[in-house]
Amino acid sequence: MTQLALVIDLNVCVGCHACVTSCKQWNTSGQAGPLFDDNPYGQDPTGTFFNRVQTFEVGEFPCTETIHFPKSCLHCEDAPCVPVCPTGASYKRAEDGIVLVDYDKCIGCKYCSWACPYGAREFDENQKVMKKCTLCVDRIYDTTIPPERRKPACVLACPTSARLFGDVHDPESEVSIAIREGGGYPLMPEWGTKPANHYLPRRKTKLRIHEDELVRADNPLRKEDIRHETGKDVTLDDWLM
Amino acid sequence: MNPAFSVIVLTTLIGVGQGLFLALFSSQAFTIVKVLPTQPNGYYALGGAIALCFLGGGLVASFFHLGHPERAWRAATRWRTSWLSREVIALPAVMGLVFLYAIVNGFGLEADLYGWNIPGQVALTVGTLGVAATLTLFLCTGMIYGAIKFLQEWATPLTVVNYFLLGSASGFTFAAAYASFMAPNVVKFYAGWAITLTILAFFTRAAALFRNARIKRVATVQTAIGVRHAKVQQRSMGFMGGSYNTREYFHGRTVLFLKSVKWIFLVLVFLVPVALLWTGLPEGRPALLVAAFLAQYVGLLFERWFFFAQASHPQNLYYQFVG
Ligand code: SF4
Ligand code: SF4
Repeated sequence: MTQLALVIDLNVCVGCHACVTSCKQWNTSGQAGPLFDDNPYGQDPTGTFFNRVQTFEVGEFPCTETIHFPKSCLHCEDAPCVPVCPTGASYKRAEDGIVLVDYDKCIGCKYCSWACPYGAREFDENQKVMKKCTLCVDRIYDTTIPPERRKPACVLACPTSARLFGDVHDPESEVSIAIREGGGYPLMPEWGTKPANHYLPRRKTKLRIHEDELVRADNPLRKEDIRHETGKDVTLDDWLM
Repeated sequence: MNPAFSVIVLTTLIGVGQGLFLALFSSQAFTIVKVLPTQPNGYYALGGAIALCFLGGGLVASFFHLGHPERAWRAATRWRTSWLSREVIALPAVMGLVFLYAIVNGFGLEADLYGWNIPGQVALTVGTLGVAATLTLFLCTGMIYGAIKFLQEWATPLTVVNYFLLGSASGFTFAAAYASFMAPNVVKFYAGWAITLTILAFFTRAAALFRNARIKRVATVQTAIGVRHAKVQQRSMGFMGGSYNTREYFHGRTVLFLKSVKWIFLVLVFLVPVALLWTGLPEGRPALLVAAFLAQYVGLLFERWFFFAQASHPQNLYYQFVG
């Protein structure tokens, strides 16, 4: 079984929002109709987005670290938003694990968004239906696009390659290896939703140098170390030298 | 959560409708076994029609919550997994049975179904089915909220119990007021039960308040972003103009406002109606009983608002700071 997902490397994300804008651009231009913005140039602009980049601060000044944190639907393997939908408009595809909303069936009751602990669903106030990340399902299978470009728009847009895309059920896929070897983790695992998307943690590159790597313990010339201490007393050595 | 007015009206109105039907039918069942004085059939028919109005009012209110009410029929399709879908089926079922109940009583339809040789067997049958449907509807309404484990304030059996007791209490209070005009000799029955149910509901609602004041949060900002550090703070939610996430899940009121709503509903739902019912009970004074119902219904609007506003959604962990 396939489970497509994103792996987002928090160690690499610089918080530039390129994924946010590219997501909006792609998904507002597709066959599913626009992702509306209300008042885009007015005082209180608001709109529907599939993907947001947030910023968190860890620690206390001056020992702080800034974490840029992109968040979109995690395409949970045990998606709690799906069974609650009274119409079946919310569904999880068996073939690739993508969680989608059928905009023609959705009655806009918002119940699914209550059942998503991640706040990944946004209600479109103009179309009056629930919207969420589709993993660019209208792009990744499009055979008119060159194969290497058949990825979600956000993945292609990321200037630092912080976003990986692939099948997390294939143990040899790029994303599975990244999760396995890079310490990938899911968000809020305590809810048991089994998010398919994973995050790679911040990492510090540190080199540990041991004392005996600076001063070789087994140095054959050690006896001639000119830095040896010379005593004040006159010894037999002084006479022999 | 941000309380939606349509849902507040929906849940309180159908609560009264269901409770009123339970009150009417229970008193009728008692008259059949000759514990209570017999009423003319029109009494139950009119009462059933009023219950139907409450239920219908709730149904109309529910449509205001939907983005696409014209597709509402689709909501009946996922009853296998969704409590909301089950409610969408149960509500019309209750309305249908209450309608039948009113018809059966209104036209005095009789048949010796079970060979008991007493009148009222048809009404008893339809009514029993109605009671089953009504209880199912209470269960569905409560479980819509109780089944979402992320909303920890709601994820307790007390949610279902409270929907049942509060709805029944308001229905019996209405029945007491209704009977004070139509059937003064059963006012005591309704008012007595209204007081009992209101006091019971007070204990279960207070238990829910007590529990919710001591909730231990499952999710934290640490698990939300997966960073283990005692101090993690949001610096930007990624936008400034607000979004669905900032509108739907925050009530936007102060703690003081929330607290005052709590006290208002505690007084209006429990204290005032019980006092009015108690004083109105001996002589069955209509004015007092009507006032008891009105106070309780207005109180229930506050109670429902508080029910929604108090629930804190874990997605709010991601929406703490504009930037
Ligand atoms: S992140 Fe939310 S919307 Fe996406 S699959 Fe999980 S529960 Fe559903
Ligand atoms: S808002 Fe639409 S997708 Fe969500 S639960 Fe309601 S009908 Fe289903």
